[in-house]
Amino acid sequence: MLVQILFYAFATVLMGSALGVILSRNPVHSALYLVLAFFTSAALWLLIEAEFLAIVLVLVYVGAVMVLFLFVVMMLDINVEEVRKGFTRHAWLGWLTVLALVAEIVGVVAVKQLGIDVTKAAVPVAADHSNTAELGKVLYTTYVYPFELAAVVLLVAIVAAIVLTMRKRQGLKLQDVGAQVATRREDRVRLVKMQAERRE
Amino acid sequence: MDFAALWNSLPDYAHSGVFIVAVTLVLVVSVAMLTLWERKLIGWMQLRRGPNRVAIFGLLPGLGQPFADVIKLLIKEVLVPAQSSKFLFRIAPAITLVPAFATWAVMPLAPGFSIANVDAGLLYVLALTSVGVYGVILAGWASNSKYAFLGAMRSAAQIVAYEIAMGFALVGVIMASGSLNLGTIVEKQHGAFLAWNWFWLFPLFIVYFISAVAETNRAPFDVAEGESEIVAGFHVEYSGIAFALFFLAEYANMILVSALISVFFMGGWLSPLDGIVAADSALFQIPLLGTLLNNGLHWLVAKTFFFLCVIIWLRATFPRYRYDQIMRLGWKVLIPVTIIWIAVEGLMVYFKIGPWSA
Repeated sequence: MLVQILFYAFATVLMGSALGVILSRNPVHSALYLVLAFFTSAALWLLIEAEFLAIVLVLVYVGAVMVLFLFVVMMLDINVEEVRKGFTRHAWLGWLTVLALVAEIVGVVAVKQLGIDVTKAAVPVAADHSNTAELGKVLYTTYVYPFELAAVVLLVAIVAAIVLTMRKRQGLKLQDVGAQVATRREDRVRLVKMQAERRE
Repeated sequence: MDFAALWNSLPDYAHSGVFIVAVTLVLVVSVAMLTLWERKLIGWMQLRRGPNRVAIFGLLPGLGQPFADVIKLLIKEVLVPAQSSKFLFRIAPAITLVPAFATWAVMPLAPGFSIANVDAGLLYVLALTSVGVYGVILAGWASNSKYAFLGAMRSAAQIVAYEIAMGFALVGVIMASGSLNLGTIVEKQHGAFLAWNWFWLFPLFIVYFISAVAETNRAPFDVAEGESEIVAGFHVEYSGIAFALFFLAEYANMILVSALISVFFMGGWLSPLDGIVAADSALFQIPLLGTLLNNGLHWLVAKTFFFLCVIIWLRATFPRYRYDQIMRLGWKVLIPVTIIWIAVEGLMVYFKIGPWSA
């Protein structure tokens, strides 16, 4: 009972924040609604005892991805009017996507109702069962090659991103830390012996 | 009905509730005392006296200073800039504050005890500490002030950079203990002073400590505030109790990271005698002294206090880093160090060297 109340509460917040993402006029507010959406989905995952996924969702998306996203959105000077100009022109594409999504969701629910459900209902496990440990075991044994492949793909993406930004701009004033550290006192300061001057 | 029976008859959530309130109260009082201790300690380091005017009960000059500060801040007006984003402006201090307290839920406070014994506790800690940055970013953006915004942007970039080094340092801790559960991490460090993680993971320990100081926006990494360049950074528009909340969050975060370092690298509640003296030895049977020498909450408190003093010492000693130096240190020094040491540690595990020989 309590779980159901919590589920509907979180689901309502999730729907509200999802609407907020697309309806708010300010892009920063949209990004913040997205953060809230991630957070509430994490809470929903906690309700089905997928604590590892929930925490990782907060850690990766809320803690890292959205911070960078906000960083960029806040820096951009977005003219909202300009963005909204093509809104009605592409509306048919939006409606098409919405129809496809609704059809898919209805399909899934209908399949469940007809009793020809291909996915088994989750079996509740003992309270001391750790799905973090389970996930770790599966990831590093059964699925170790796909897992390593995913890691390589990410590595390639990182290298590509760095290569794209590694260009020398002309006339840039950069510091050479090695040179700074290697500086001796004699390079910068000169002690000059001189007679004290008498004030007139 | 006596107290113990009454306590045991309470449901689980009541127990947790009592512990949560107790931990929160202790933390708030500690924060107040820590502000005083910082000013006193830095004062002594710089041959000053520190706060010494407000005394309570005629004892210890300066002891009343935190309370005087709180009262002063409470009765000041909270100004909200005219062109600001009002809701975000008001909620930002709370967002900074919440993770600093919520993380204590998984902290192993005493042998076998934490408020919530979460298996993915370490991930929970990482997730929550990374949420704290939102308060800073929102405060800076919602203020609609260029200085505040600059502070927020600096803080965002800095925290993303140091979070990676921090995460990698914790990977080493996970490898050493084979668990994400903070309680298990402490128990696995069982043994004397040299059995604690800091010895075999020394580079990671240093990296984690530096990143932790950077994450809390403390000197010498406090460019988000940077008084000499951007006035007060992200909280330049805050006044009164809203400002006090940022202050509270900063000190609560200091206590939190100090406690986390103690748990991850310094054996948490483990006593330095643990592993040298047998657990059933007569030494631990001596009334007061035995309890003091045995494992317990007081060791965690002592270690936390030690790291707090080191953080304050850093502030008294070092000038503020320049922004590009901070970035260089984070990306080009700390992250490579952690990656190399994780590889070294992997080899040690593989060839069963040191603590992995058993």
